[in-house]
Amino acid sequence: MTTAPPILKHPMMKYIREDRLPWIYCPGCSVGIVTQMVTRAIDSLGLDFSKVVVISGIGCTGRTSGYFKTGTFHTTHGRAIAFAEGVKIANPKLEVIVISGDGDLAAIGGNHLIHACRRNIDMTIICLNNNIYGMTGGQFGPTTEHGRFSQTSPRPIGNPEHPFNLVQLAASSGATFVARWTATQARRATASIEKGIAKKGLSFIEVVGACPTAYGRMNRLGDGLDMHRHFLKVAEIQNGLPPHEAEFDYDRRIVCGEFVNIEKDEYTAVLKQMKEKLRK
Amino acid sequence: MPERIMFTMGDIASAEGALSAGCKYFGGYPITPATEIAEWMALRMPEVGGSFVQYEDEIASITSVVGASWTGVKSMTATSGPGVSLMLETIGLAVMTETPLVLVNIMRGGPSTGQPTRGQQGDIMQAKWGSHGDYQIIALTPASVQEMFDQTVQAFNLSERYRVPVFVLADETVGHMRERLVIPDEKDLKLEYRKLATGDPADFLPFKPDEDLVPPMALLGSKYQFYATGLTHDERGYPTDKEDVQLELVARLNNKILRNADKIIDLERFMLDDAEIAVVAYGTPSRSARKAIKEAREAGIKAGMLRLKTVWPFPEDALADLASEVKHIIVAEQNFGQVYHMVRAAAAPTPIHLMAKPAGMPQLPHEILDKIKEIDSL
Repeated sequence: MTTAPPILKHPMMKYIREDRLPWIYCPGCSVGIVTQMVTRAIDSLGLDFSKVVVISGIGCTGRTSGYFKTGTFHTTHGRAIAFAEGVKIANPKLEVIVISGDGDLAAIGGNHLIHACRRNIDMTIICLNNNIYGMTGGQFGPTTEHGRFSQTSPRPIGNPEHPFNLVQLAASSGATFVARWTATQARRATASIEKGIAKKGLSFIEVVGACPTAYGRMNRLGDGLDMHRHFLKVAEIQNGLPPHEAEFDYDRRIVCGEFVNIEKDEYTAVLKQMKEKLRK
Repeated sequence: MPERIMFTMGDIASAEGALSAGCKYFGGYPITPATEIAEWMALRMPEVGGSFVQYEDEIASITSVVGASWTGVKSMTATSGPGVSLMLETIGLAVMTETPLVLVNIMRGGPSTGQPTRGQQGDIMQAKWGSHGDYQIIALTPASVQEMFDQTVQAFNLSERYRVPVFVLADETVGHMRERLVIPDEKDLKLEYRKLATGDPADFLPFKPDEDLVPPMALLGSKYQFYATGLTHDERGYPTDKEDVQLELVARLNNKILRNADKIIDLERFMLDDAEIAVVAYGTPSRSARKAIKEAREAGIKAGMLRLKTVWPFPEDALADLASEVKHIIVAEQNFGQVYHMVRAAAAPTPIHLMAKPAGMPQLPHEILDKIKEIDSL
């Protein structure tokens, strides 16, 4: 008689609420990969996990925070960064991580994104950019390329709008660390998330992900595996490239790398100095 | 700090009340006629070791307040009607996640941009019904500079006790009038703080209520891990679309306030004991009413006032009692009739007369006196 081999636990499971599994995501979605990137970054930095706060907005990626086994908050649509600012300013000792999608962070939450970058407040924003509103069933969003098909830009019409380039947006708004990777470049993306968390300032890391259910299906990009293979094909690593040159052309060329890593006064540190000035 | 006396405006009294209550976080956005609160906090907050942040809009302001509150810091914002309109989404989130916070609304003329420098009381219903869904908040209505201080302290106490957003609803006249303010010795202030989570983190259920229907709160960065969401959630905090959980949660969020209404509601009975005509008022019109009632008494008319210092939860029982005591009720408010509808529901069939004035100048004492005389001659 043979005995079944012991079931090994995923090494990152210690950071995850196992009682919430299986999670809600479709096969082929990149959210799982990004979740693992974040746990591995936290693990390799050796952070006290109880001092890490994970915050997200609304949408598929907006559900991510609920799977982390620490203090986590699921805000309303677009408001993750605003909530996170309150947390960080009220208790600067906490390590604040925002994980949300492109629609949440760059459309309805776009104002909070640019102003948090401008303030340079110490937090790490991880944006899973799957080029579409996934949870509501696949409508074009602020990152959907011109002409792409979605439920609100159906064939043969296509998206009448033009996308944000999130790297350019974050960099020009004042973020002190800006990187972009695809979900297939898991190790490089994890390393950037690690750097982003360690950085005292606002770090913005875009991870280009796949939504085979909505974006892939409507634009005939194949299944999740096809889409992740495609990322490897079109990803072009250009570390240190000026952010305005970090091109995003889904079919042809997605420029990846770390584009900004500069030093600037961090907001909560400045507030602390102001308080000390008044106490004298 | 020992007792201090200031001659100051209502807005600043409210800010000082917040500081005396232990508020250490203010997130706001400039808006007339509430800006003085932010300006005062910009200097005073860092002095007391707290944080003042000016955000890009009111949405970020109040959402940051929710975030700050979850770290254990007493937190607030201040704005006016147009700002509250933008904040309503997050007020719903704060209700659903049971976040203690204080929102001071210095009410100006509406609708829309309205008359920014003129007072009104048009946001009474907005405070209660503005965000979507069925919920309760608490709203206090001060009528003097001293009450701006006292009721802001009380607003913090109530928000901490019931884990609910509490509004200080002051009309612009109260916000900008200048009077004597006595800031009591900090030893004489009774301050409350939320119940915190205790026990083994492994067994902790972040939304399991105690007998008072209020769950002890876990803080971000503590040993308790939790998930808080605006989605309907069970006692674990986990989202669910189950009908029984929705029914139970909504009932509890409402009942934790409604069942404690008698502990929350604060009223002033002025010359009511033998009154035949009662004026119901709050904020600035209640100041006019006080003078009018004294003059009516001098003219031999038995008039009195029920002054609402709390409008939400609405003092239904007190209004029902009043209806059985008096022959007529006059509701004087600086809007087109908002509290009036609540009075009608609670005090029928006693005749209820509305003195509505949705404009900047409140009902003047002689106008209220004329109304009392008119009713008396019926």
